[in-house]
Amino acid sequence: MNYEFHWNTVFQHMPEMLMGAFVTLHVSVLSMLIGIVLAVLLAIVKMNNIKPFSYLATTWVEIARNTPALFQIYMAYFGLGALGIHLSPYIAVLSALVFVNTGYLVETFRGGFQSIPATQYHASKSLGMNSFQVYRYVILPQMFRRIYHPMTNQFVWSILMSSLGILVGMNELSGETQRLQSLSFRTLEYFIVAACLYYLITKLVLFSAGLASKKLFKGEI
Amino acid sequence: MISIQNVRKSFGDLEVLKGISLDVNKGEVLSIIGGSGSGKSTLLYCINAIETIQSGKIIVDDIDVHNPSTNQDKLRQKLGMVFQQWNSFPHLTVLENAALAPRIVKGLSKDEALSIAEKELIHVGLGDKFDMYPTKMSGGQQQRLAIARALAMKPDYMLFDEITSALDPELVGEVLDTLRMLREDGMTMICVTHEIAFARDVSDNVAFFNQGVIEEMGTPDQVINNPQKETTRKFLSKVLS
Ligand SMILES: Nc1ncnc2c1ncn2[C@@H]1O[C@H](COP(=O)(O)OP(=O)(O)OP(=O)(O)O)[C@@H](O)[C@H]1O
Ligand SMILES: [Mg+2]
Repeated sequence: MNYEFHWNTVFQHMPEMLMGAFVTLHVSVLSMLIGIVLAVLLAIVKMNNIKPFSYLATTWVEIARNTPALFQIYMAYFGLGALGIHLSPYIAVLSALVFVNTGYLVETFRGGFQSIPATQYHASKSLGMNSFQVYRYVILPQMFRRIYHPMTNQFVWSILMSSLGILVGMNELSGETQRLQSLSFRTLEYFIVAACLYYLITKLVLFSAGLASKKLFKGEI
Repeated sequence: MISIQNVRKSFGDLEVLKGISLDVNKGEVLSIIGGSGSGKSTLLYCINAIETIQSGKIIVDDIDVHNPSTNQDKLRQKLGMVFQQWNSFPHLTVLENAALAPRIVKGLSKDEALSIAEKELIHVGLGDKFDMYPTKMSGGQQQRLAIARALAMKPDYMLFDEITSALDPELVGEVLDTLRMLREDGMTMICVTHEIAFARDVSDNVAFFNQGVIEEMGTPDQVINNPQKETTRKFLSKVLS
């Protein structure tokens, strides 16, 4: 072992690395927000067996959970590209992450919904609430609290998986790292710094999620 | 008034209500007694349209409950209901539990909703629990909260489905006292109950359900003190022993 570390070039390019980290965070946050909305809708559709949407939900979940994320990013970028639909690397990665997040979250949410006693639904209905109000004010707040942990795990997964953006030339943290190291060949240094940044991002996300949960969830379940 | 006319209800092949007819006038209290599985809960669920019926009619103040053109969400504002299982919303404080429906269903301002909720909570003896979360309370307190939450919608009728059966015996009294208080207030009520002494004290009428039919119905004196049918006598001697 006589590798000599040279950190100077990495530190010079730190602003670009941090910008890459920001894009990573950005794309994963967005993929979670969109994924949550879609997954709530699909979970409700699936539980209440509303055809034909429940078929869509089932197919979605099956494909998302049983094929590699790499494949989905390829499909979004090169696959759609071949069909003449050209997505930017950012949009391609975002769509793939949304697709997978939604697939996993549908099942998580369904479990969460089912853990809430039907009597909560009946009690709300008996107070004159319409179905939307029952979900909005009674069921969803309890459901989100129950699945909060698996949901933050999914978030961390999205951050790590967005590194596949490297394959389609996206300027997220891994893509930037790849580009910068190829200019200077300080490969190891760049990837060590990138790994540290990933670690910091996920810790930051878990920490904020913990804080938010204290603010959001006051009562006991 | 609530008028139930020859109502039939099945779950799949199982016919649970086999032609039920009864009337409850404004200001009256009807108690429904009967064995497990006789269809008592199902009838209450049909009255506030949580369950559908196969035939017959349920009329609440001239509204045909199961007519497809009836706005059932609106209808349920007339009918408060409290269930056997404690149903407080665990993510809301006691006060928020009672204020939620007035706020979002009736569209009252936050202050109006809170003041109505406070009034009803004080009425059922929970005036010192506003900021508590319901899961920290006893079953008896949670049931009184459920009553206050329903009353905050200012319903014309209250439906109670064995609201004391899941309680420890020492907590039953406080909940029954709350019901007695509502009776004093003149609330129209249908109480499904296993508390025969309570039914005898507070009811104008008692109906004995057996396997989806009303075996016997009349004043507490008729049905509880002088039952005419063998099945009624058997049931009463079982629950009273
Ligand atoms: N959602 C449902 N699906 C299928 N069967 C049901 C459903 N709800 C009730 N039943 C059946 O209908 C019958 C009557 O039930 P119901 O709950 O009305 O009885 P009950 O008189 O309230 O009894 P209990 O005193 O035990 O509460 C029972 O045989 C029950 O198993
Ligand atoms: Mg019952």
